[in-house]
Amino acid sequence: MIEVNGLSKRFGAIEAVRDVSLRATDGRITGLLGPNGAGKSTTLRILYTVIRPDSGDALIDGTSIVHAPLEARRHIGVLPHSAGVYQHLTARENILYYGELHGMSRADRESRADELIELLEMKDFATRRAKKLSQGQKMKTALARALIHRPRNVLLDEPTNGLDVMAVRNLRSLLQRLREQGHCVLFSSHVMQEVAALCDDIVVIARGNVVASGSPDALRERLGQTDLEEAFVQLIGTAEGLE
Amino acid sequence: MHAILTVFLKEVRESLRDKRTLWSALGFGAIFSPLLFAAILSFTIKRNDPLNEKPVTLAVSHTERAPNLVGHLIEYGITVEPVTYDETAARAAIQQHRQKVVLMIPEDYATRFAAGQPAPLQLYSDSSDQTADRDIRRTKNVLAGYGAVITQLRLVARGVDPTTVAPIAIHDVDVSTPASRSVLALGTVSVFIFMSLFMGGMYLAIDATAGERERGSLEALLTVPVRRDHLIYGKILAACAFMTLSLVVSVTALSIVLRRVGLEGLGMSVNFGPRTALLIVLSCLPMIPFGASIMTIIAAYTRSYREAQTYLGLITLVPILPMMFASMMGLQPTAALMAIPSMSQHFLITSLLRDEAISPLFVGLSVGVSLGLGAVLAAIAGRLYHREALLG
Repeated sequence: MIEVNGLSKRFGAIEAVRDVSLRATDGRITGLLGPNGAGKSTTLRILYTVIRPDSGDALIDGTSIVHAPLEARRHIGVLPHSAGVYQHLTARENILYYGELHGMSRADRESRADELIELLEMKDFATRRAKKLSQGQKMKTALARALIHRPRNVLLDEPTNGLDVMAVRNLRSLLQRLREQGHCVLFSSHVMQEVAALCDDIVVIARGNVVASGSPDALRERLGQTDLEEAFVQLIGTAEGLE
Repeated sequence: MHAILTVFLKEVRESLRDKRTLWSALGFGAIFSPLLFAAILSFTIKRNDPLNEKPVTLAVSHTERAPNLVGHLIEYGITVEPVTYDETAARAAIQQHRQKVVLMIPEDYATRFAAGQPAPLQLYSDSSDQTADRDIRRTKNVLAGYGAVITQLRLVARGVDPTTVAPIAIHDVDVSTPASRSVLALGTVSVFIFMSLFMGGMYLAIDATAGERERGSLEALLTVPVRRDHLIYGKILAACAFMTLSLVVSVTALSIVLRRVGLEGLGMSVNFGPRTALLIVLSCLPMIPFGASIMTIIAAYTRSYREAQTYLGLITLVPILPMMFASMMGLQPTAALMAIPSMSQHFLITSLLRDEAISPLFVGLSVGVSLGLGAVLAAIAGRLYHREALLG
């Protein structure tokens, strides 16, 4: 469960995020939709504690990201925008490294890694060095790495970027499985179809502000539009930067 | 604290698998620096030693005008090449490098000599040609010797004791020992050791910071529940490990090369056995955290891998400067100088090679200041990793 209250962040003269509030609940997939540069990444970066907000706070399963960032990190699994893996380690070693950094015991992290390798169908390349992996395989490795410590909340920043159709399908089914298991999934995207197809809740963000949020049906209803795309364009004011 | 060890082990493991990192850690220290050092040494040996035995060739114009003088030159080992030059020809011969030194005997030499007046001689040479230095010096010495002989003969002929014109007598007493003489040539040892030392940790420092950011693995790493300064300490420690490895390899290689080259033939003895090698490694160890931290800080500040490479390439030269300075100025260790990292290690290495006693205070200063600055720099690196701008 992620509760965001009035986050603001400014980089020099640019106000990247202005008073953003949202909720992402357990057992649901929440999509952060907005054009490029709307503040989606900054919001997620604040949530996964890589940058600090100027004001506002967020609670991850009740833990403040501002006051207890180290503790909050235990409850989240993160797939950042640039999810690079270590070239000279194998896929499995990459995953185990994060388990160790999360303070898991050897036996625990090894069995969990095997579980994830099974779940993400990584068996064929688990013992291969990461520099020899395809883009999709690297993404799977990064995802498994993010899930090694069994986080309740999963944050993904534009996870489908640069993936081929098959990899995108795999990712979707994985996110759906995480939802079924009761995880709270929050991901950002500028691809409308993707958000529409996958999300239970949508938070529309533009120019650093939350302009609307709710289920797809609720959004359509509220704006009096039968087509979700028209609804978004109406919300954001322009179709620019959306796909 | 456990996380520091985790990061350390991961960085070491990854670097051992990376050919470039491994090559820069071992290749430079084990192969490049001993080879270069051997080349420099054998060059120095050639310049210093066997040339003295080689006879000087001197072109003498109009040998028939001063047969006694020419006889004296030959007697003192100078190979006389009789030529017939006028002034322009002599100049041309020097300028075109056909001759190094030309001695002109003028027409009036014999008459003035016989009359007991100063007899003129002209010596042509190019003072900008360093290879001619030795020939000129030898020629002048032999000519001066001839003059002295004539003076004595003339004094005796006039019934004067020749010692009246020699009020003082200078005896050169050279107290340099073979080991101390070799030190000038061996001053470069510390330079090579330090270059290997820094090269050893360079790629690891870049990979762990600028490289990690460029490959996009940094952001994910910052989401694990580990303090950021602990992450960087692990990386600094890994760089330290590689620098230590490089240090040991290069000192061992230099020790082997030095004993192979055989400086004893030069009248130099080198104190570079296994015990000295070990002590040299120990005296350089305190420099490692300092070097690893400063390279990590600089690499963390740069925007890209390439930029980091450029800056660190320059940084490896910085510790060399105080060493060169100390070596060229012939500085002796003092408490103040021992507080300068890299210069203090240079003094320790030099003293060990010369087999001289070192004051425990100096050793303490060298170790203390280097380690202290290393700790300060590591703390700065830790703080630096808390900055958001780190993500680039």
